[in-house]
Amino acid sequence: MSAGITPSQTVGPYLELGLPWADGPLVVPAETPGAIRISGQVLDGTGAPLPDAIVETWQADPEGRFDHPDDPRGAAHPSVAGFRGFGRSTTDAEGRYEIVTLRPGPLPAPEGATEAPHLDVSVFGRGMLDRTVTRIYFPDEAAANAADPVLSSIEDPGRRATLIAEADGDGQLRFDIRLQGDRETVFFDV
Amino acid sequence: MTVSNPPVATGGLVLPRYESAAGVHPPLDSPAYKSSALRHPKQPLIPLPQRLTEITGPLFGAERVGVHDADLTAGHPGEPIGERIIVSGRVLDSDGRPVPDALIEVWQANAAGRYAHHVDGHPAPLDPNFSGGGRCVTDSLGNYRFITIKPGPYPWGNHYNAWRPAHIHFSLFGRAFTQRLITQMFFPGDPLFPLDPIFNSIPDEAARHRLISDFDIDNTVPDWAMAYHWDIVLRGRTATVFETEEGK
Repeated sequence: MSAGITPSQTVGPYLELGLPWADGPLVVPAETPGAIRISGQVLDGTGAPLPDAIVETWQADPEGRFDHPDDPRGAAHPSVAGFRGFGRSTTDAEGRYEIVTLRPGPLPAPEGATEAPHLDVSVFGRGMLDRTVTRIYFPDEAAANAADPVLSSIEDPGRRATLIAEADGDGQLRFDIRLQGDRETVFFDV
Repeated sequence: MTVSNPPVATGGLVLPRYESAAGVHPPLDSPAYKSSALRHPKQPLIPLPQRLTEITGPLFGAERVGVHDADLTAGHPGEPIGERIIVSGRVLDSDGRPVPDALIEVWQANAAGRYAHHVDGHPAPLDPNFSGGGRCVTDSLGNYRFITIKPGPYPWGNHYNAWRPAHIHFSLFGRAFTQRLITQMFFPGDPLFPLDPIFNSIPDEAARHRLISDFDIDNTVPDWAMAYHWDIVLRGRTATVFETEEGK
């Protein structure tokens, strides 16, 4: 038990009153060369979509750097103009979210390991008293994914596969988030 | 070795570590809150080490706050109906450090307990002078303040005659992905507390009560507004971890 921390509560059904931003999905400006769209559905234990959820993403820039003072390598101005690192998308009536971003670079990890390119993801919704946390990895990074310490910590290959986005046409990736059920997405305790 | 002289050339990383919030937050599977039944993972959560992506995060501040955003009673042709209140407090982390220059987003029902949202079917009046969404930013000491009207309690479909205690939704980023928090602020003395499965989903009574604001006579404005005070505490950083390629 940690003393003093403020507990979480659900965003409830009316999160649209407070959280959407017109530029929320744009981790980079939409016209940025090499921009990719990552989209998918947030689904409940029956496979029904969540129309009242919000998906947020956070990631390194294409050079694997963060514009943040706690990065021990030093804060780095984004290598691409307008890169924000953060994306936010409320879900529509079909539970669909979408962000526009660039592939992040790999990241050094302690003990000489390297983390494969990934996005950290928070999912909030009605019916969820706290966020769930997952990660999006890239389908064409087989070698890097195989060496990734977080993916490697998941023993079941079927479970591990829930963290790999699927190619979905040119410059598009699909990543569905299944809160429960046969193909439940891997969620993390951070 | 210090953070200002990072040892990255030798493969080492000095990373802050954020303390666990275990036992503080409500379980995602909270049967009394019926909507959680199909929306909670059944597989055990996998521990995610706090690495570069987790110890950094978006640093949004004043650039995200518009001219009327910290006054939910403004920006409309007239004044909203209801009890005008000032809500203020501090954002800290659990080792006592303020969280400065940080964006806070809020949203709430109107004084009649109705949200300005198409899904809300509560037969209480909408208020043409109240939209219910706002933003503010903490100052250099972590202080925040906004003006609004006190929201009303409202009925919901969780169980027979279910009513939510009056609350304001708060969203905070802190300075790291690990600190992201969305929660609700309640008002002191609400008779609905013992009956609300969302409030009572928090297992620890002391933690639950940290969501209740205090009446704040010092920040009232005579002949104009009541005031409530609420401090928000995010996960703090514990001792810095020093790791090298050799695992020392």
